[in-house]
Amino acid sequence: MKNKLFTALPDEKDMRDAYCDALIAAGEKNARILAIDCDLSASMGTGRFRARFPERSFNLGIMEANACSMAAGLSVTGFVPFVHSFAVFTSRRMADQIFLSCAYAGLNVKLIGGDAGVSAATNGGTHMAFEDFGVLRSIVGVRLFEPADNVAMRALIPKIADECSVDYIRMPRRSVVKIYDEGESFVPGEAKLLREGEDVTLIASGVLVSEALLAADLLAAEGIEARVLDCFTIQPLDIARVVESAEKTGCVVTAENHNVIGGLGSAVAEALGEHMPVPMERIGVRNSFGEVGSQAYLMDHFGLRAKDICSAAHRVIKRKQAMQ
Amino acid sequence: MNEFDMLTRFSADIRIQTIRALQHAGFGHIGGSMSIADVLAVLYGTEMRIRPTEPDWPERDYMVLGKGHCGPALYAALALKGYFPLDWLETVNRPGTRLPSHCDRLKTPGIDMTTGSLGQGLSAAAGIALGLRLEGLDSRVFCIIGDGELEEGQVWETATAAEHLKLNRLIAFVDENKRQLDGDVQAVCGGDLDEKFRSFGWHVSRVCGWDISAIQREIREASEQREAPSVIVLDTVKGIGCSFAERERMNHYMVVTKELADEAVDEIERRLAAGTYPVGEDA
Ligand SMILES: Cc1ncc(C[n+]2csc(CCOP(=O)(O)OP(=O)(O)O)c2C)c(N)n1
Repeated sequence: MKNKLFTALPDEKDMRDAYCDALIAAGEKNARILAIDCDLSASMGTGRFRARFPERSFNLGIMEANACSMAAGLSVTGFVPFVHSFAVFTSRRMADQIFLSCAYAGLNVKLIGGDAGVSAATNGGTHMAFEDFGVLRSIVGVRLFEPADNVAMRALIPKIADECSVDYIRMPRRSVVKIYDEGESFVPGEAKLLREGEDVTLIASGVLVSEALLAADLLAAEGIEARVLDCFTIQPLDIARVVESAEKTGCVVTAENHNVIGGLGSAVAEALGEHMPVPMERIGVRNSFGEVGSQAYLMDHFGLRAKDICSAAHRVIKRKQAMQ
Repeated sequence: MNEFDMLTRFSADIRIQTIRALQHAGFGHIGGSMSIADVLAVLYGTEMRIRPTEPDWPERDYMVLGKGHCGPALYAALALKGYFPLDWLETVNRPGTRLPSHCDRLKTPGIDMTTGSLGQGLSAAAGIALGLRLEGLDSRVFCIIGDGELEEGQVWETATAAEHLKLNRLIAFVDENKRQLDGDVQAVCGGDLDEKFRSFGWHVSRVCGWDISAIQREIREASEQREAPSVIVLDTVKGIGCSFAERERMNHYMVVTKELADEAVDEIERRLAAGTYPVGEDA
């Protein structure tokens, strides 16, 4: 694998549209796939699924808890419901229903959380999910995904549609930076290796993947080679690849559009603590609620940029060297 | 100016300041902000016991805006009452603002409760009403919720609890503007809400949402209730009184340019002069 310089180009298509394309395609193949909305169809971009399959689309209204358990009931009868709301509501308002009606009951429900983290922008702190993975990660049997771009999103949906599982996928609604070439393949639970390097491992998900790749180029300019993983499956974590990377590079930085507690950084820290303790740092939101502002402003404000990842990389490399 | 004219002017100013605030932000929840301008004018104009220069006055009446996404309309009312300078309205949704899109009690003087997750406001209002009663105060707690918001099961849990606890100082308004985010409320999840609340044991009344005198009368009537919590259903139209929002069916959240705002403000003044405010001639 040869490292090429990363250019951050936004996709022409909003991520919610890539999602809806994938849902329609899955719906064409499997007539039991249903779309459940909670009065956020316009925001989540599910209108085209409804236009294509009006009899398989239900906008239940502003009742997330009910929607989640109803989806579980639909699954009892063999349907495959995809439930849509903002990440704050899909996680926090549905937490008990996801636990009992879906996971504990062993059913097949797909949950989508829109406006992930800073992408909630001017909807502000009440709508800015920095804890959705944290809320759901300790529930047995709930898989957590955060695709980094439209290619990853389009690849993931048919995979999870074919499996009997409780899955939560978070996404921004708008356009994100392209990471993958069309046709790239993804296996749920397997992190993608995006860049080889011996000096430090950067592990990111979602919109932080492009920042990690930019950080790797900045570091390369200083002669530091970073290994970059897109950990689009947060739960179950790809422990083998995380541990192997930590062993190869001796230090790790995680980067996520989420609180450092409960999400990717926590998951990686737990895995490394048990299997391969190496110096590590977590880039993410620390001890703060969200607030209003553009996504760009919020990424600067919460320190979610390539330069923040670089500084953390320098610190872990120093700690690694001090130990040698 | 008599009281009616004063309140009419106040509601017009709430609309104008809200439209200007959203113009500065570039976009926002215009539809649902417009349909509560008149009830806000009545509440803050004559009915609520408040001290704008002492927002935390313990004996005040409280306000919880359950449909917290319409914060800008409440901010306009508060600014016009002197809770904070009018020019704060230009900072809505700017980084570091004290006026975020959804109500935040820690950021804004005069905001009694943080809201934004629909369905939680009425429960919080009931809690405030219970707390005030435990404190031996007879202050009232007003709460404005959306007709879409009523779909949240939590609202009906509060409906049961508030009746059981005889929270007679709780006075809710339902902004029945017939629309929610994805379209018509009746198309998403309908029903006769007066009957629903009545069956839960609430004192129910219904008024035209911009009839200032009727709103005043019903608030006073609700304040006389000895046991039952009250709900006043405001029969309104989403976007009412704002020309560019009235034209648009999907007016939950709109881009607001200077041109659109200017046009809407001119139209408000024109309707006031013509005696057709807020609805205009077509209504
Ligand atoms: C629990 C929850 N679910 C979803 C939303 C997203 N949302 C914001 S406003 C809105 C529609 C509200 O409709 P309604 O209560 O009728 O308010 P209005 O039309 O008066 O603005 C929705 C679904 C939310 N804020 N909270």
